[in-house]
Amino acid sequence: MLAENTITYGLLRPLQFIRRYPVVPAVIIALLIFAAIFAPWIEPHNPIKADVLNRHTPPFWAEEGSAKFLLGTDALGRDVLSRIIGGARITMMVVAAAVTAGVLLGTTLGLVTGYFGGLIDDIVMRVVDAWSILPQLLIIIVIVLTFGQGLEILIAVLAMLSWPGAVRLVRAETLSLRSREYVSLAKVAGASHTRILLRHILPGVINLVIVTATLGTGTIILAEASLSFLGAGIPPPDPSWGKMVGDERQYVGAAWWATFFPGIAIAMVVMSGNFLGDWLRDHFDPTLRQL
Amino acid sequence: MARLILRRILLGLIALIGAMLILFFLARAAGDPRYVFIGPEGKGIDPETWERLGRKLHLDKPVPVQFGFWVGSLLRGDFGDSITLQRPVLQVIREKAPNTIQLGMAAWVMGTLVGVPLGVFSATNRGRFLDYLFRGFAFAGQALPVFWVGIVLIFIFAAQLQWLPAGTRGEGFFINKNLILPAITLAWLPAAAYLRITRTAMLETMESEYVKFARAKGVGTQTLWWKHGFRNAIIPPLTLSAFVLFGLMNGAVIIETVFSWPGLGRLAIDALWASDFPLLAGITIIFGAAFVVGILLLDIVYAFLDPRIKYS
Repeated sequence: MLAENTITYGLLRPLQFIRRYPVVPAVIIALLIFAAIFAPWIEPHNPIKADVLNRHTPPFWAEEGSAKFLLGTDALGRDVLSRIIGGARITMMVVAAAVTAGVLLGTTLGLVTGYFGGLIDDIVMRVVDAWSILPQLLIIIVIVLTFGQGLEILIAVLAMLSWPGAVRLVRAETLSLRSREYVSLAKVAGASHTRILLRHILPGVINLVIVTATLGTGTIILAEASLSFLGAGIPPPDPSWGKMVGDERQYVGAAWWATFFPGIAIAMVVMSGNFLGDWLRDHFDPTLRQL
Repeated sequence: MARLILRRILLGLIALIGAMLILFFLARAAGDPRYVFIGPEGKGIDPETWERLGRKLHLDKPVPVQFGFWVGSLLRGDFGDSITLQRPVLQVIREKAPNTIQLGMAAWVMGTLVGVPLGVFSATNRGRFLDYLFRGFAFAGQALPVFWVGIVLIFIFAAQLQWLPAGTRGEGFFINKNLILPAITLAWLPAAAYLRITRTAMLETMESEYVKFARAKGVGTQTLWWKHGFRNAIIPPLTLSAFVLFGLMNGAVIIETVFSWPGLGRLAIDALWASDFPLLAGITIIFGAAFVVGILLLDIVYAFLDPRIKYS
């Protein structure tokens, strides 16, 4: 009996591990980061060099496909797989910079407004509220029209999307931490505002910041893909997943693979990000676990 | 209640003035705001027009006064002329707006009618197959890029099966074959959001003391779910309506491009590609005003439905 149980347990273990920890999303994100870092070395072909003789070659399993182009080629004969890998590099760079900038700004403002309150709190919160009821996508498009396409502009506008959420969450958490006894005691002990904020309050909100950043990454990836799809994102000739879908959509009837695979790549990464974010939130604070 | 509405109106005004300030300074980002009136190839403007524009924009006066004049002309309904179309911006917007409203309404109705009931079923079947199926549907809706979903639907239902048209608006406001695919694409994300929030709200309500009491009293399962549970759980999905409205307007820009839908979103992207600043700015202000008014109305409805808000 005992032996039988042990065997069942042993067999179930990997499955239970997968149920308990987000293994699949973590592997996808790890692959993505690997692809982003080593893109120039693992791309089978040059992602931006046109090769019109091989245009719209289907994926390798199709009849006319070739093992040279695993996921087929696009209208200019560029290898889809290489462009997905190259796109991972650019996209991740832009998204990481935008999320970091947005979350840093949001966290700082959230800490300051929550801790000090008063006039600065009023002003910042009114700006946050006002910004969140505006058509952000259109305003971003106007900004791109004015300044032209560019990586710096793109990072800046994407950061504009991610900071308000961070301000709200961090501010709320700071408000509740501010009245805790250990903060009052630190004040009595003569700690400066900076010290209290950085040593006593920041550690209390950092988990929240990590969760917000992880959950926000998916939104920012989708926003970047949408902008690139509309022709207002990553400037040519750099590959970007959204732009791949946008450029190839007119050929979808003849060459579905050129639009299909970049979309799958976006969806997989966004799903993994959302899943990891949810898991981290539950992990840090089980009381928030959704029913 | 009056205070709440007043505060909301104030916030809306701040937001609109903020949007106008952003646009005002963007137009001046290149130095002279008249630069934005030059077409993409540097054509479409001569010294006379240049002078006339300068007078119209009051460029000889201080910047705050220029802003005041600009807001004044916006309030009078003068949004300037589109560069590419050579027509008043407001006139163009008025022509295209019904198409965007049509698509947005269709998607909203679809998203609500699918998302809310599925959320309730997901909650009542918690942990069973249907729950996982519906939640998977919601999870995918929140992760799939909408433009890609639109293209895949076109590929399947228009290119392969040839059941539905691939784009353009077609005829008819309510019954319209062309409306089906774009509305489904646009409705998936709001349906997903409604589903998730309705499910959570239902489960939380069912855990509450008064529902437990009703159960102890011997109230039947159906009555319990619908009368005691759903009626109280409907508030969170309602608050979500504001965000859904939002998503629909932002989504319209993308979906209209995918399906060649002749609405404001498509117009905005055309304006972007043609560097038509006055047109794009006009659309942005109109969208902003629509958001602000829409959210204000939703807040009022919400306050009436939930007395707890009214008195807090």
